[in-house]
Amino acid sequence: MQQSFSKTLATLSPADLPGRDVTVRRLRHPGRWISGGIVLLLLAVIVRAFAVGQIQWTVVGRFLTAEVIIVGFGWTLLISACALALGVALGFAFGIMRLSENPILRFAAWLYVWVFRGTPVLLQLLIWFNIALVFPRLYIPGLVDARMVDVVTPFVAAVLGLGVNEGSYLTEVVRGGIGAVDRGQKEAAHTLGMTPGQTMRRIILPQTLRLILPVLGNSAIGMLKFSSLAATIAMGEMLNAAQRIYFINGAVIELLFVCAVWYLLGTTVLSIGQYYLERHFGRDASAAPAGRGWFAGWSRRPAAPEEA
Amino acid sequence: MSLAVKAVGIRKSFGSHEVLKGLDLDVSHGEVLCILGPSGSGKSTFLRCINHLETPNGGYVWVDGAIMGYDYARGTLQELPVKRLRAQQSQLGMVFQHFNLFAHRTVLGNVIEGPMVVRGLKRSEAEARAMDLLEQVGMAGKAQSYPSQLSGGQKQRVAIARALAMQPRVMLFDEPTSALDPELVGEVLEVMRTLARGGTTMIVVTHEIGFAREVADRVVVMIDGEIREIGAPGDVLSNPSDPRVRSFLSRVLA
Repeated sequence: MQQSFSKTLATLSPADLPGRDVTVRRLRHPGRWISGGIVLLLLAVIVRAFAVGQIQWTVVGRFLTAEVIIVGFGWTLLISACALALGVALGFAFGIMRLSENPILRFAAWLYVWVFRGTPVLLQLLIWFNIALVFPRLYIPGLVDARMVDVVTPFVAAVLGLGVNEGSYLTEVVRGGIGAVDRGQKEAAHTLGMTPGQTMRRIILPQTLRLILPVLGNSAIGMLKFSSLAATIAMGEMLNAAQRIYFINGAVIELLFVCAVWYLLGTTVLSIGQYYLERHFGRDASAAPAGRGWFAGWSRRPAAPEEA
Repeated sequence: MSLAVKAVGIRKSFGSHEVLKGLDLDVSHGEVLCILGPSGSGKSTFLRCINHLETPNGGYVWVDGAIMGYDYARGTLQELPVKRLRAQQSQLGMVFQHFNLFAHRTVLGNVIEGPMVVRGLKRSEAEARAMDLLEQVGMAGKAQSYPSQLSGGQKQRVAIARALAMQPRVMLFDEPTSALDPELVGEVLEVMRTLARGGTTMIVVTHEIGFAREVADRVVVMIDGEIREIGAPGDVLSNPSDPRVRSFLSRVLA
């Protein structure tokens, strides 16, 4: 190969060189056509299998907009939003504590992460749901005095379980984000006379937020899906509603597919929101995503493996 | 001339490595003092000790009537709470080698941050003053730009305006041109020259021998955490008495 190449070079004299507008024929990539064709074929097989399989698609269509399902999806959204808000608040609070000068505060934040990141979220949900077994009454002098079962409803248990668990992950994310803000930013704020609190609020946290925005977007998407775990503690969100229906009418797969459609719709909307939010906050930084629309994402080659 | 800054016996160690070995320095009002020396000689650390970005392990710095970081009463130095230390630090303007402009703020936002948050100025007032300062450093046209859109020289001129906005008693410069492309050094030095002519008290850590010779009232040469030579630039740069200073200067002037 090498030899024939150099031979070709050697036999081409300057007098034989083509003109400026010589035709260039591009290299063909038959391998790409073949692999693409195989994948399309497999996709077609899967689609056909589901089309002719024992699924009553009309039932899927009918329950897609059933009131129980819609209300369930509303609860799914509410649980996700509340749990995410709680998680972000806890993540920032403990993330800042993780970097405190006070070793006891650092230890407390470490303990929080250790416990809640180290146990399954489903287990945590069940424990929150059954917390009344440990503390029958919730009594805070002058504030609350009630039976625990009345306070920790399935909704509260779901929000606490999912939010506290998410907070333990976000604690580490926030800690990393704060650490990634250049040290000079803090020094510059100090030389201007800004107190540690002012420096944190006005200089460090806004830049941290921008750095961790992609992770927060993933958290929101994950939270929407994890909220389905609340079905196990009798919270009437969408999956739970679907289960109650198919226990009666036996259309198991149909109702699970209905849920899948709604979850996909929700995560798609969140992905779009994430894209535009990142683009908005990245307006002054060079880290902005490429200036194409969100929908072009499927055809983009990944630049780097994404942080889970 | 009256004293602006008096450093007394400044010592600083990082671990077992002693970076500053008991430095004394007096700077008068309106004086421009340049600190030269080979890298690793402790010049930047000394500057950062003056405004307590690094807390000295020994000695203290007096600035215009108060000791930095301490309350002096009944023969002892009582460490100040952080809020009062910051108030003192805001009396000293600092310009960093790597600019350290707030990346999430515009040029104008950078300059008004200190006056609004620390001095409590109203936005309109802070912006008017900031625009004057940006005019002075030739950056008024870029007031709405973000730092990432500026060249190094432009960033450093904004950083100077940001420091000046606090109306500091002394300006500290930590190698302000070392991170710049050679063709951008001139614009920053020009701004500093103007400041010096205007009577600003300046302590400048620099490698720009030419600037030191032209602008400085006095030059300090530091080697291994000690001040080895101090005096008028003509004397220090032309015929230093210390042999190690002579060898350092011969290397940088060559």
